[in-house]
Amino acid sequence: MKIVVLVKQVPDTWGQRALDLQTGRIDRVLGENVVDEINERALEVGLIQQDTMEAEVIVLTMGPGSASDAIKKSLAMGADSAIHINDDLLVGADYMRTAQTIAAALKSVPFDLLIAGDKSTDGGGGVIPAMVSEILGIPHLTHLDSVTIEASKVSGERSNNNGSVRAHATLPAVISVTERSAEPRYPTFRGIMKAKKKPVISENLSSISLDSVSPVSDNETTAVLTVEARAERIGGIKIIDEGDAGNKIAEFLALNRLI
Amino acid sequence: MSSNLTEEETFLIKTVRSFIDRDVKPTVRDVEHANEYPESWIETMKQIGIYGLTIPEEFGGSPVSMSCYVHVTEELSRGWMSLAGAMGGHSVVAKLIGIFGTEEQKQNYLPRMASGELRATMALTEAGGGSDLQAMTTIAKADGEDLVINGSKIWISNARRSGVIALLCKTDPTASPRHSGMSVVLVEHRDGLTVSRDMPKLGYKGVESCEISFDDYRISAQAILGGTPGQGFSQMMKGLETGRIQVAARALGVGAAALEDSLEYAQARESFGKPIWKHQSVGNLLANMATKLTAARQLTLLAADKFDSGERCDMEAGMAKLFASEVAMEIALDAIRVHGGAGYSTEYNVERYFRDAPLMIVGEGTNEIQRNVIVSQLVSRGGL
Repeated sequence: MKIVVLVKQVPDTWGQRALDLQTGRIDRVLGENVVDEINERALEVGLIQQDTMEAEVIVLTMGPGSASDAIKKSLAMGADSAIHINDDLLVGADYMRTAQTIAAALKSVPFDLLIAGDKSTDGGGGVIPAMVSEILGIPHLTHLDSVTIEASKVSGERSNNNGSVRAHATLPAVISVTERSAEPRYPTFRGIMKAKKKPVISENLSSISLDSVSPVSDNETTAVLTVEARAERIGGIKIIDEGDAGNKIAEFLALNRLI
Repeated sequence: MSSNLTEEETFLIKTVRSFIDRDVKPTVRDVEHANEYPESWIETMKQIGIYGLTIPEEFGGSPVSMSCYVHVTEELSRGWMSLAGAMGGHSVVAKLIGIFGTEEQKQNYLPRMASGELRATMALTEAGGGSDLQAMTTIAKADGEDLVINGSKIWISNARRSGVIALLCKTDPTASPRHSGMSVVLVEHRDGLTVSRDMPKLGYKGVESCEISFDDYRISAQAILGGTPGQGFSQMMKGLETGRIQVAARALGVGAAALEDSLEYAQARESFGKPIWKHQSVGNLLANMATKLTAARQLTLLAADKFDSGERCDMEAGMAKLFASEVAMEIALDAIRVHGGAGYSTEYNVERYFRDAPLMIVGEGTNEIQRNVIVSQLVSRGGL
């Protein structure tokens, strides 16, 4: 079985994060960039399969040169090989462009299952897995809390407001998983040493035959119009207790329709 | 971090760091207060490969430089000193077998030790004489092809969980000089060896420290490390170079954690209308803590580099252990000062650092003994 896992490098959620106010894009220089946490879980779902049955796990990332760190970590965790799509024309790619690119790169990789996180911590759109499956014309199961993979079928459970839904699809298929899906393993030192010998295929728009498609600016389906820094927080109201603080607090809450 | 680490070593240290931050830090206070054995954390340490870091590749280990080992130990100890304690003795025994063991001993022990499936500890200290190793009374008497061992040892970390114990004992009690009659014997749990008591202790919780007793314990003389009796003292002195650097690194971890907590607290906590770090008295404490920690780390890395160069490094390891443990204690106390009343409360972590720090002062050869080692090396080397 061949499993492809989509991996995205994002600014560390626990570090400083900001947008570049000129371009509206993520500032990748400000803090540390890490593998999106949800993608580590997605990778873990694939690696569990690799542990228990014959499965080859390939990670695919689209991102700048520095995203190679995300690939290294994925390979150290146990992925067998990686595909890195890196092209200057992809800077600022929107969801459609990203999904098209990933789908095009996957054409030469006959896979049984594509696993993605349900949404990234930076963009947060949560649409890429479904879009990729639509373009490829294969079924998708999104937002799975648990996953069972069999030889020709994938199934899992998805929570909703009323309870949970069991869903299944025949392979090949695309699934996206939630943060409940798996607890990612740590890279082992042995895995770290092995990672440097594992194959990483570099792709660009021409190698995946997308160079004839118009660049983003001519073909964008979404556009960032303006970006503004969040307003400074204004200090709250300070009530000094002169025996009447209780009443003043109640007045404040009533005024703001909080009680 | 030191600059001579390989890219893979840096990656390993980062991995251990994230393990500590993600898995250990959030719950360590409760686990420590319950004096609970950290089973799942030890399992993760095994998986990451931490038990194989001092074992050659041909025996299934993934050896790293001593400076990488220092950073890994510091990170573990930054989470909880006991975690570093749960791999320290193991690493020393692995080094001992790797350097001095017979081919059969290496084949028998190292592959299982590399995975952590088999854990190891060492037994040196006796109730009658701690750092005065040559005064020991545990004796392995030759009886045909066998040794018959009688005596007892204290402060044996992980005694029950270790499948092999590197026991330093006398095989020739009449030898002169006394150390020429000592051997390291690789013993395993069976009849004649009992774990007789758990040592009650101030800190270093979660991981057992035991008394073990030998009563006519019989083992083949082939269990002597390297096969030849009388080498034990010098073998152990080599092992203790690793042990002392490891203990220095443990002290760094405690100091790093105390500084980290204090720095965070001093920025969050306000008094007289400003964060307390802006009060010069508190700010000075933080500046001193960071300076001492950095100096101790550099000294420890110096000892580690010396170790990696293959040169004798007992003086450097002793200096690192002495200095790092003393400043860890000072930093832990200063962390309590920064935290004020909160620092004395068991609702914060700093009281633990204060209880854990003294172990590194008295363990692995007291600091008083380290000074003896340092000065005798100073004289014999003709200065620094």
